[in-house]
Order: sequence, then C-alpha cells, then structure tokens
Amino acid sequence: MIEIKGVRKAFGDREVLRGVELSVQPGRVTAIVGPNGAGKTTLIKCLLGLARPDSGVVTVGGEPLTADPTYRSRIGYMPQSPRFPENLTGNDLIAMLRDLRGPDAETDDSLVRAWSLAGELAKPLRILSGGNRQKVNAVTAFLFRPEVLILDEPTAGLDPAASALLKDAIIAQREAGRTFVVTSHVMSQLEEIADDVAFMLDGTIRFMGSLRCMKEQTRERNLERAVAAMMRREEAA
Amino acid sequence: MILNRTVLKIAKYEFRNVARSRWLIPYTAGLALATELLIRFSGTSSAALLGASNLILLVIPLVSLTVGTMYFYSSRPFIELMLAQPVPRRDLAIGLLIGSAAPLAGGFVIGAGTPLAFHGAFAGETARAALALIGSGALLATAFASLAFFISVRIEDRLRGLATAIGAWLALALLYDGAVLFVAAVFSDYPLEKPLLTAMLLNPVDLARVWMMLQLDVAALLGYTGAVLRKFFGSGIGTVIAVSALLAWTAVPVILGVRRFQRRDF
Repeated sequence: MIEIKGVRKAFGDREVLRGVELSVQPGRVTAIVGPNGAGKTTLIKCLLGLARPDSGVVTVGGEPLTADPTYRSRIGYMPQSPRFPENLTGNDLIAMLRDLRGPDAETDDSLVRAWSLAGELAKPLRILSGGNRQKVNAVTAFLFRPEVLILDEPTAGLDPAASALLKDAIIAQREAGRTFVVTSHVMSQLEEIADDVAFMLDGTIRFMGSLRCMKEQTRERNLERAVAAMMRREEAA
Repeated sequence: MILNRTVLKIAKYEFRNVARSRWLIPYTAGLALATELLIRFSGTSSAALLGASNLILLVIPLVSLTVGTMYFYSSRPFIELMLAQPVPRRDLAIGLLIGSAAPLAGGFVIGAGTPLAFHGAFAGETARAALALIGSGALLATAFASLAFFISVRIEDRLRGLATAIGAWLALALLYDGAVLFVAAVFSDYPLEKPLLTAMLLNPVDLARVWMMLQLDVAALLGYTGAVLRKFFGSGIGTVIAVSALLAWTAVPVILGVRRFQRRDF
C-alpha cells in the first residue's frame, strides 16, 4: 500500500532520515516505534507531503508522490497535539473539510456517536478540553472513510474509555480492509492493535516484520520488552 | 486563475475564524473612536483629514504587520492539518492570506469610514481626500499583511519573525523619510529627482502619503518626494502611479511568499 525506498531528509546539518526502507501492507496496522528523535514524525510528514524528501521515493497505492495533492483524498491524518482555528466550532471544521472534499465525499460519523460528541462540536474549539480536542482530531481523520489512516500518538490525552473506543474503531476499520500507520510511546496500546512493527533508530528502519516475529526474534513476551531488547542490542553493536 | 473555488472556501473559513477573534471588534471600534474624536476637534476639513492620515500611516502598518505575523505563526498547526487534505499548497496560501488580510482592511474601512460618512466627508470638496484616505489605509493594510505573510514564510522562528516585522515597520514608517532627507541634504548639489522618486516608489508608507497629499492642495506638506512626484507627473498621473505601486507592494510579497510556501517543509 505504501512503499518508502531510500528516503533521506536533512534539516540543515541535521540528517533526520538516513535512507529509510519501509513497506506498509494493505489491510494491516503498522506501528512505527523508536526512541524520541528517531525520525518517526519526519517520516510521517514525508508520507503526507508536508516535508519533501531530499532523495528517495514514496509511493501510495503504486503512485509516486508529486506536488499534485489528490492522493491525499485517500489518506486520513491525525497529527500529534492538534491545534485548530480556535474561533471555529467543531461543526465548522467538519463543514469546512466536507466543503473542500466536495459533495460526493462519503462521511463516517460513528466516532461522533460513540463518544457522544455532538454537544462538544457546537462549541468553539478553543474552549474544548485536551481530550475532546483529540477526539475531534480523530473524527476528522476517520471522517471520509480513507483507505489509509496515519495516526501520530492517537490515544494521547484520551481517558481509558475514549481510548478503548478509538482502538475498537481502528480494529473495526482494519477488518474493513483499511490500512493504518500508527506511532505511540505507549507500547501496550500498540500491542493491542498492531499487526506489523517497524523499529526506527537514528533515521533508519532497523527491524520490519510482524509483531510475533519481533517477539520471537528477541525472545521477549511483549512489545515493550522486545523494543527495549532491540535498543540494547543496537547500543551494544 | 488565482481565485478558484478552493481558495475562496479556505478564505471564507479563515475570515470567519478571524472575524470571531477577540481583537477585531476592539480594533475597529478603536479606529472609529479615534476618527470620531479627530473630527470632533477639527471638523472634516482637509487639514483634519491630513491629521487622520498621519495617524493612519503609523498605526495601520504596525497593526497589520504585528497582528498578521503573529496570526500566520499561530496558524501553523492549522496549515499542517490543511496540507494533509487534498488541497494544493498555492490555494491554501492564497486563501489564508485573503482570509486574514480582508478583516484587517475591512476593520479599517468600517472603523475609519463610518464616522467620516456620518459627518458627510464623502460628499463635497473633501470627497476625493476622504476616499484617498480610506483607499490608502485599506491598501496599506493589505500590503503590510502580505509583508507579514512573506516574513512568516521565510523565517521559521516566531520571535525572530515578529522582531523582523517590527524592524520593517520602524524602517518603513519612521526611519525611511529621515534617511531620504539626509541623503537629499548631503547631495543637494546634484540632480536628485530620479533617485528620490525611486526611493518613494520603494516605500508603501510614502506612496500612501503622496496619494493622500495629491488630493489636497497642500504643496508645502507634500514632503520632498511628494513634491518631486507632482512636478514630474502632475496630480492625476501621480495618483495612478502611487496607487499602482501600492498594489505592487501587495502583489510582490504575495508572489514571493506563495512561491516559498510551495517549496518549504512543515
């Protein structure tokens, strides 16, 4: 579904991505894990065209990314720490996105119902709590039933009940054939939803494979310990 | 086509966001109050309009630059959200710019224009000067909003961007004329008309001042560059040139800023 080949990206002297190779399979949840500063967010930005790689190729559904933005109608994105136009309401924001996508865009408001969010959507976004903003963030990512969903720390700021509902939604959409790329610092959260894991360190992918394969390779019983073991191994090398 | 449907949609929501923000109504009301007071004290004579124009030449660039710059920096997360949508970068940049320059210019036109209209300044012999006052203020607001956009796209760091904006205001609104006069005094033995005319076209605040002055018969107040312009072109063509150069002051930062916006990383 998504192929990343030899992607390099530097900001000034700082080389953040040093030849990333990654293949995201359709209909699966791929977790990108790694320590802070490993390049996870930059990689996601390259996927979305927010940052342009210095070299290398990114293809989504076989199409290489160009300046033409139409491919992004197939992608839903949930950024880390969202800040919205503060004087608009959630409903304004949704109306705007719908307006931009055109009248034919099919929408999905199951998360609005699951979280009983309708009342909050009528308020200006600046007065919403952090958790409710994060819910609006998720609603906008899922809204147009995109083929690919890119979620950067999706459960940050959510209470356990809201977080569980979001994970249920991710699993349900995966069953419906959608592809997910997810980052999180909470390994136990990822363990519940991830099929594949990409372990990133210093701007390259050091491991790419199924969650089970990663646990077998490191002989650890859960994702958190498996990632820790990989980090120790890299430090020793 | 610059104004396609996507641009207008983005501008509409942007305008709605800015229009509901807490500074726009006090700003408009403050301008209305200041204009009303000026009229109360000195009437709607040419001299009073000139006084108002001097105030506008200082305040409008400052407000447009600082509010505009802060505004573009704070919309960065929103820009990222929009860039993840199937929206061309160019349309997003132009939509954002229109959506924020329009309330700045509109706030001025309503704020300063309402008291002037109420006191009948748009009729009779002050009509041209009053129209020039509103027109030059509105164009200054858009020119400095587009300069603010350019600064925010070029400079990554918010504080440095804001400092650059204030520096640009100091240079264009306060220091520029002093420097031009200084040069004129030092080189008073040489023919300076053409260099000075060029110097005037390079500063939007001077252009707005000259546009205003050319509508009034106040040769003594034209300033050096204004006097040169009138001598060269007469007041009709002089006005056309001043207005066109002001429009160019909006267009050039927009073109350069949008080009940069299309290439940069977010």
